[in-house]
Amino acid sequence: MAVSTLTPGTALREAGGFLRFFLRELKPKGKLLTPFNLLSAPIMLLGVVLLVIRFARGLGAITNLSQDYPWGLWVGFDVITGVAFAGGAYVVTFMVYVLRQEKYHPIVRITVLNGLLAYVFYAGALLLDLGRPWKVVNPIIGNSFGVSSVMFLVAWHFLLYMLAEFIEFSPTVAEWVGRRRAARVLGSLTLGATIFGITLSTLHQSGLGALFLMAKSKIHPLWYSEFIPILFLVSSVFAGLSMVILEGTISRKVFGARMSPVHHTSHRGIVLGLSRVCAGTLFVYLFLKALVFIHGQQVPLLATPLGLWFLVEVAGFVLVPCVLFALAVRRESLALCRVAAAMTLVGIVLNRLNVSIVAFRWYDPVRYVPSWGEVVVTLTVIFAEIWVLRWVVERMPVLSEAPGWVSVVRAPVPATGHAELLKEA
Amino acid sequence: MASENDAIAVTGAVPAGQAESERAGMDRRGFLKTLGAAGACALTAGHAAAAPAGPDEEPCGVLVDTTRCAGCRTCERVCAEAHGLPAPDESDDVMKVVRSPSERALTVVNRYETRAGEVFVKRQCMHCLLPACASACLTRAMFKTPEGPVVWREKKCMGCRFCMVSCPFEVPRFEYHSPVPRIVKCSLCWDRLKAGQRPACVENCPAEALVFGKRSQLLEEAQRRIQGSPETYVHQIYGEREVGGTSYLYLAAVPFDQLGFRADLGDTAYPLLTREFLYGVPVVLTLLPALLLAISNATKENQDPSHHEATHGRLDAHTGNRA
Ligand code: SF4
Ligand code: SF4
Repeated sequence: MAVSTLTPGTALREAGGFLRFFLRELKPKGKLLTPFNLLSAPIMLLGVVLLVIRFARGLGAITNLSQDYPWGLWVGFDVITGVAFAGGAYVVTFMVYVLRQEKYHPIVRITVLNGLLAYVFYAGALLLDLGRPWKVVNPIIGNSFGVSSVMFLVAWHFLLYMLAEFIEFSPTVAEWVGRRRAARVLGSLTLGATIFGITLSTLHQSGLGALFLMAKSKIHPLWYSEFIPILFLVSSVFAGLSMVILEGTISRKVFGARMSPVHHTSHRGIVLGLSRVCAGTLFVYLFLKALVFIHGQQVPLLATPLGLWFLVEVAGFVLVPCVLFALAVRRESLALCRVAAAMTLVGIVLNRLNVSIVAFRWYDPVRYVPSWGEVVVTLTVIFAEIWVLRWVVERMPVLSEAPGWVSVVRAPVPATGHAELLKEA
Repeated sequence: MASENDAIAVTGAVPAGQAESERAGMDRRGFLKTLGAAGACALTAGHAAAAPAGPDEEPCGVLVDTTRCAGCRTCERVCAEAHGLPAPDESDDVMKVVRSPSERALTVVNRYETRAGEVFVKRQCMHCLLPACASACLTRAMFKTPEGPVVWREKKCMGCRFCMVSCPFEVPRFEYHSPVPRIVKCSLCWDRLKAGQRPACVENCPAEALVFGKRSQLLEEAQRRIQGSPETYVHQIYGEREVGGTSYLYLAAVPFDQLGFRADLGDTAYPLLTREFLYGVPVVLTLLPALLLAISNATKENQDPSHHEATHGRLDAHTGNRA
């Protein structure tokens, strides 16, 4: 790395320079009093206050969690749903770096960034939910490897995946701070990090489902099956891609000015392409659901209130978006793609909350309903992620062209790795 | 009944390694409460807790005969004393609802009206042979000791509450109102066992409804009681097979689902529910990257002509393609 050639003196000066650069960049760009800021800032403040109370007085002080419902909104939504939504990163990097579908290259950086931040914030939200978070290092460095635990697997994979995504994203950071050699070296790690990241993702996306395997006696039979891990994995594909489609739409509105021309022109083809993948995976998912349903001989259960609720989830928010995606692709209608994507996301929220909360101890007349404090903290996590995302996008070459010295070689065939290309240049 | 007494005379030998004074103080009632040659269940005095179980080492447990339980709730009181928990509410009001163990009471006695009259059932951790909670725990804070008890270790636990989600009997409890919360559940008086004593509840049960001993001998004893008075008992020992077997075993005069026990838990040990998934993990970890790399290489070759072109600076062609 570049640093190796530096003497301690220059290194110090370098560090000082970087610090000044960083502090300068820390200042907000653009208007402060936007509607979004005015809405999110007070909620985040309140969220921080609630978290202080939570750590001072215990989880019970601000949550409705109970002995019977040990996991609530923070696990069910923040972690389990949030990580499904973040699935876009592994799918898109798979398409771009492994299948080398160049068409999707313009969205790689923003998707990886989204994925990285989603993991940092949503998987990180697990820390808020841990009763004894100061012990969180135990399964990582300690002598306490619970290797028979699905949670052990999930925790490790979260950690390693964040690392992989950070490596995938790191060339962008290097370009931002103007480190050419670092950008080149880090860029050459991308393929390895991608392959590692995809592998980890398949395991922890399914692992999140496997967490519920031992809750067999507590989850309603319509939602429990030994195939939960596979269902979670398959659904993370269209969950992640639907998120990418919607985020792309929002980004165009919010960050339009920063977008490179390539980005603008490629948008349409990308959305339609992703929609095709969504339609396909939704269909596979429906097929699996039907198999499980028939295999479990669960028809009589449909005539119960929870059975109807199950139909709402599967017919209303899996089947319908599946058809809509297919229609949208045929008619080349971006608007329809977006509607389908939004419905798919609602379906994922329903599914994950159904498994973790609604169908959990479904026989119990006393239901868990999240407290307002839990909702506020969840919003805080989401807003915090958006703030950081915005900060990064407005500074680093995520949507915009990379600095001149990179873009010449980056734009066309980045899949072959920046390093190789730079060598030639 | 004679056969039962014979059995105890045979198996209720003086616990090895127990202090002489204790041995002397042990009356017939004491013998009744302990089965097996080693009263402390392989936990001879000074025996290291962490010593691995030998092949012949057998978990110990408790047999609860609900036909004998008088509902005096002494076990609740002595349990609270033994574990420094608040004394239980002694009034009859609390018996009007079915309770579960809580973070303030490791064991509770419930009352059920059945065709056999009032039946009292003591509930606590079942100390499963293959516990869901221990296999769920990513820090090995929940731990199955070779001697039988399933214990929680404060130093390790990070409070994820996965054990609570996984336990089929809904036993582990969490201190929601503490900044330094603990998971609370019955430990089969692990500390007392290590000191060569029996669990506090067993020691103090005036009705002799509880017997402590090696699980296999408890099972034999339970069979003997059923065979001795087949009209008294339902012919099932709850815990013999449920979720792969538990160290707590129950006898009852009415079907167990009338006494708050779930009949639908199945005989499969809970950790087996995740085993296939976990076995798949190393396979995926080794095979998938290789596969992905192969695909990546294959697609690279496919693109070779353009790749060649690009590296030589013919860039606009591609930008054009993409637009
Ligand atoms: S009853 Fe629950 S807490 Fe007790 S050993 Fe079995 S799984 Fe663990
Ligand atoms: S709450 Fe503690 S004992 Fe329970 S699974 Fe988590 S780390 Fe293990």
